[in-house]
Formats: sequence, C-alpha cells, structure tokens
Amino acid sequence: MSEEVRERIKSVIDTEPVALFMKGTPQFVMCGNSERALQALRSAGAPVTAVDILPDPGIRQELSTLSGWPTIPQVFIRGELVGGADIVQELAATGELERKLSESLGDDYRDEAEERVVSVLVTA
Amino acid sequence: MTNDLERLLNDAFPEATEVRVTDRTGGGDHFLIEVTTPRFDGLSLVEQHRLVNDALAAPFASGRIHEMRIKTKGST
Repeated sequence: MSEEVRERIKSVIDTEPVALFMKGTPQFVMCGNSERALQALRSAGAPVTAVDILPDPGIRQELSTLSGWPTIPQVFIRGELVGGADIVQELAATGELERKLSESLGDDYRDEAEERVVSVLVTA
Repeated sequence: MTNDLERLLNDAFPEATEVRVTDRTGGGDHFLIEVTTPRFDGLSLVEQHRLVNDALAAPFASGRIHEMRIKTKGST
C-alpha cells in the first residue's frame, strides 16, 4: 500500500507544475502554516495543485522520505522542492517566487492559474 | 526544550553569529529558530533550512516539536 502511495506522490511532484502538500484543502485549510504557503502561492498567481496529507499518516511519511523534508507544508515547482511555509512566504515577499514561477513555467504561467485538489490515496 | 535545541544548533553551527530559539507559544512545542552563519553564504533557502532541519532531526523525530519556523541568514 505504501509503495503505491509513494508512486502517486512521485507522480504528482513530477507532473504538476506547482504541487502543494498541505493539511486540509485550499477550501478548508487545517493548519496555519499550510495557509501561509497557500496565500503566498496565490499572491504570486501560481497554478496550485493541492494534496491533502491528513487522510492517511502514510502520505506524510512517504512524502518526507521522498523529499527529505520533515515538515508540512511542502511546495514543489516543476518537481523541485522549493521549501515550506517560511521559505515560500519569504520568496513571495521578495518577488523571487514570481521570478521562479516564470522561469520554470513560462512568463504566461498566470493564464492557467486554477487551483486543483488531487488525492494520492489508494482506495481498495 | 529551548535550551536543548539551542545546544544542538550551537554544536551544528559553532561558527554562527546568531543562534536563537524562541518558544512561540510558551507551550514548549512551537519554536522559532533563527540562525545566522557565513556557512549559509551561496546556499539556497532550501539548502539552508535542510542544514537546520538536520541539526534538529532527533528532537523533531521524537514528536515533541509540533512546529518549527525557521529563519536563516548568511553573512551578507
């Protein structure tokens, strides 16, 4: 089961332009730090694909093993770990986040900036 | 706990010009970690935070830390 979850997490990280692993969903955020990361991404106009890590403790475990990052939230742009709430907030404040998004996704990245929620849960 | 974390950080970054651990809520499980060291020069924020996370891996793994906010600075 955990292997399948790991593969799904990997696939989200590798294929989504901007992946946000968070507690809760953008519509119902369950943690202040996830909220900070989400707001920072929104302020930069990022197309956010959110994954709620709360439904199964295995998700967080596999994610942290993959990324080597212990805390939630975690933000990836084009497969690269950008950081957690503190880093993303700092990058947004300095304008660095928008630069990074343009560099990685193209200058028109805002055009398709819709928020999506995907699940990595494996249902029997 | 605050002292434990400071000790670990001072051991990991003996050259740091600032190591500060603040108990944000007074509950002993939400911490603000501030580290300023020339060792961060030229490293990305992710790399800087990784070094701090590594230094505090043991207490974090123990589950006693609910939240860590990290602020890192190089010498410049």
